Amino acid sequence: MSNRVHLKDDHLEYRLIRQRLVVSAAIILVMIVTLLIRLYVLQVVDYEHFATLSDSNRVRIKALPPARGLIFDRNGVVMAKNLPAYRLEIIREQVDDIEDTLTRLKKYVDYSDQELKRYRQSSKRRRRFESIPLRLNLNDDEVARLAVNLHKFKGVEINARLARNYPFGGLGVHALGFVNRINLEELSQVDEINYAGTSHIGKLGIEKFYENELHGTVGVQQVEVNAKGRTLRVLDEKPPIPGNNLHLTIDSKLQMVAEKAFGDYTGSVVAIDPDNGEILAMVSMPTFNPNLFVHGISVKNYASLRDSSRRPLFNRALSGQYPPGSTVKPFYGLAGLETRTVNKKQKLFCGGYYILPDEERKFRDWKKEGHGSVDLQDSITQSCDVYFYDLAYRMGIDKISAFMVQFGFGEKTGIDSPGEKSGLFPSREWKRATQGMPWFPGETLNTGIGQGTLLVTPLQLANATAALAQKGTRYRPHLVRTIESADAEEQREIGSPPVEQYKLVKNSNWQYILESMKNAVHGIRGTAYRMSLGLQYSVAGKTGTAQVFGIAQDEEYDEETVAEKLRDHALFVSFAPADDPRIAVAVIVENGSHGSTVAAPIARQVMDAYLLGQS
Amino acid sequence: MNQVLAYENISYTKRVLDVLRIDPVLLLLLGLLSVFGVMVLYSASGSDIDLMMRQITRLAMALLLLVTVANIPLRILKKISVWLYLAGILLLLAVMFYGEVGKGAQRWLDLGVIRFQPSEILKLAVPMMVASYLADRVLPVGWKALMISVVLVMIPVFLIARQPDLGTAILVGSAGFFVLFLAGVRWKIILILSFLFSLMAPLLWKFVLLDYQRARILTLMNPESDPLGSGYHIIQSKIAIGSGGVYGKGWLNGTQSQLDFIPERSTDFIFSVFGEEFGFFGSILLIFLYLAIIYRGLYIAAHATENFGRLLAGALSLTFFVYLFVNIGMVAGMLPVVGVPLPLISYGGTSMVTLMMGFGLIMSIRSAKRYLG
Repeated sequence: MSNRVHLKDDHLEYRLIRQRLVVSAAIILVMIVTLLIRLYVLQVVDYEHFATLSDSNRVRIKALPPARGLIFDRNGVVMAKNLPAYRLEIIREQVDDIEDTLTRLKKYVDYSDQELKRYRQSSKRRRRFESIPLRLNLNDDEVARLAVNLHKFKGVEINARLARNYPFGGLGVHALGFVNRINLEELSQVDEINYAGTSHIGKLGIEKFYENELHGTVGVQQVEVNAKGRTLRVLDEKPPIPGNNLHLTIDSKLQMVAEKAFGDYTGSVVAIDPDNGEILAMVSMPTFNPNLFVHGISVKNYASLRDSSRRPLFNRALSGQYPPGSTVKPFYGLAGLETRTVNKKQKLFCGGYYILPDEERKFRDWKKEGHGSVDLQDSITQSCDVYFYDLAYRMGIDKISAFMVQFGFGEKTGIDSPGEKSGLFPSREWKRATQGMPWFPGETLNTGIGQGTLLVTPLQLANATAALAQKGTRYRPHLVRTIESADAEEQREIGSPPVEQYKLVKNSNWQYILESMKNAVHGIRGTAYRMSLGLQYSVAGKTGTAQVFGIAQDEEYDEETVAEKLRDHALFVSFAPADDPRIAVAVIVENGSHGSTVAAPIARQVMDAYLLGQS
Repeated sequence: MNQVLAYENISYTKRVLDVLRIDPVLLLLLGLLSVFGVMVLYSASGSDIDLMMRQITRLAMALLLLVTVANIPLRILKKISVWLYLAGILLLLAVMFYGEVGKGAQRWLDLGVIRFQPSEILKLAVPMMVASYLADRVLPVGWKALMISVVLVMIPVFLIARQPDLGTAILVGSAGFFVLFLAGVRWKIILILSFLFSLMAPLLWKFVLLDYQRARILTLMNPESDPLGSGYHIIQSKIAIGSGGVYGKGWLNGTQSQLDFIPERSTDFIFSVFGEEFGFFGSILLIFLYLAIIYRGLYIAAHATENFGRLLAGALSLTFFVYLFVNIGMVAGMLPVVGVPLPLISYGGTSMVTLMMGFGLIMSIRSAKRYLG
């Protein structure tokens, strides 16, 4: 300092520094004001905007899926319930590298390409911070293995969710249906908000038809989350309303008996309460395990179900269409009497075939040597084809179809289940409309023995039989009896008023047919005589055999040489007790050859179980 | 009686403060700010008592250092300036070669007992060095002294920016240049230098700034362009401050802060927590408290008896303002995100210790005046 002191003017320098300090203070003031203006804009001017952003930041809406309604049989036995099942779920927002996570996860838990594809699909249309399942139904081993390694996987969770469970497996699966993951198409058909938390939807049977009842109403939870999406506390909650429970008309025990009675055969049984149309059992064989579908069926399992020649996925009871064969004869008989085409005493000689006037062609009776001289009752009891060729010919197709429609042939029954087929009862108009061809008399004859273009579903046949048991009063067959809220406080009965009330011209006509059908079972010459042995109640029934393929004029059908697939279908319709019917049963056994030997015993087991309590 | 007692008490306190060479005004303001700071930190840390206690301990330590520094005579401080500066440069070089890497930057030096950032020393050493150099020169600063001073400032700034620690580099650089400014660098030269700097800006952008530093500046322009990446901090911070409104959501009630939406909420982004919980009124109060501290520093500078004290006290006060302005400007989305803490409130030991020692220097300067005049 000392050597420069003569150049320094301390007072001048002091003034300079002070001046600069004042300038600095002024600049600082200006900048502070800038800062305050900025804060004023943020906190006062734009307050609303940021307050909204802040709220939406921390509050997240979570959908709470409702518990699906339970399904009970008519005696209160649970047929479909919900069990907790562990799922592997991923929250995409919390995963840094999804591909890496997926690869590493594979070490601990296996998932198929199909599951991965599903995950990616659902991942695309997810909401923010929604967890998307990768694997459903983890077993205990997988849960344990994952749980200890979960810390290595950010955004991966194991969650317990309720999953559908069918405690009886395949029992009544075609009636019950099952649930499966919702696909995009289904999602577009439902209320997306109500299905916000739902992963499964009914795919078949009751589960599908009553989807709206079973699903329930989604709940909403307003939760406060942190920046990582973790729920910190629940601000507001509207709990979900569980779906309604369904009480079926089905009797699970009866269903079990019917399925067991079928053995390895393919076919269908439908048992109806003729008093009200309640379906007591509805069997389509073979069955399959619906639980497989709940957790995402594997491609392999699905392919084996889909490609099986026995077509287990096909609901034969509603969608299977078969020629009814001789099972329609009692209806024709009643038609003949009611229209006075035939009378009770009139006899006809059956020589084993029938020839139309002016034609050469022979229409064969199933019994080559013929039934001899028969009246209507004999013809039903012994199932004489020739008599019915004649009856049909004389009555004409127009009258026949007009009569049969009243018993529900050729139209859907309106059952509360999806996928029902209408069958076909041919008529002149139908043929002109579909084939542009006139009706030929020969077709009337084929129709007269339940063959030709005539097709019925097992359900239709059972319902017609029930209507016959009720002298023509027909109900809409149905599977659900009562719909009940989850807390059982509200109940709705599914009433079923008659859809058709055929007025008998003469009660004795019906009595006559009833006797014929009783004779077919109990009479020594009855086609179903064998099943009557040891019966503790009376049964009215009729066997049937339906040709799967036509045989040429002079050929003979030889059961032994025909491949199983081409063998005739065996049918049987019946109701019991004959004088106070409580159950009507229709049985169709595909390729069962004879109604009397294969189909009738199944019907008997069902009726025994229902009427006597045990088979 | 009571009045007499009270008077005696005050005079007694005053005497103690005088003996300790403490400026009561500054001490009161710093004390208020620290109490404020601890409260906000408690909220920002999610009511973490342990963390708060650590901060209080550091505060106590820093106050002790403040008193210590305040008691070093000014002439000794002036003499050790050059050695402190040289030591700082050497430590910076040591960090370059032996330093520990934390959060992607090489800033820390582990001396076994303590781990510290040598760049903190330079926050004080650079203004001390430049002030002591210029105090002996004729003012206003001539060309030669200017050039030497610029080199003295730029060497550590360059080393710190290389670490990379842009925030500290800015603070160290501004501390040095404030000395120059106060030493009366002519306005013409300031204009020419600013012009040259703005010409060089594109070159700085291209060659000096690192990718992430460039990204931060770009993000500032348009934070919404990358809401989940680098823009996230700014967006969330603005939401926090803005949603505080006029009166704030209340202490411990800031949803943005308490729910973890604000990153670094107890350190660099602590003002977001404050703004959210105390609102615009709270912000005004806090900023005025800071302003009072800065103006007190400037006042002491203006009343110092010789140039070293004037330049140093002024530069330190202005640097304190830079802290404040850069930090709040950053969390309010006006300035790019650089690592500058909110002085005396942000959690963290080193910056607090440096700041308190800086105020120790200022107090020493004030006392020097008293003893000399």
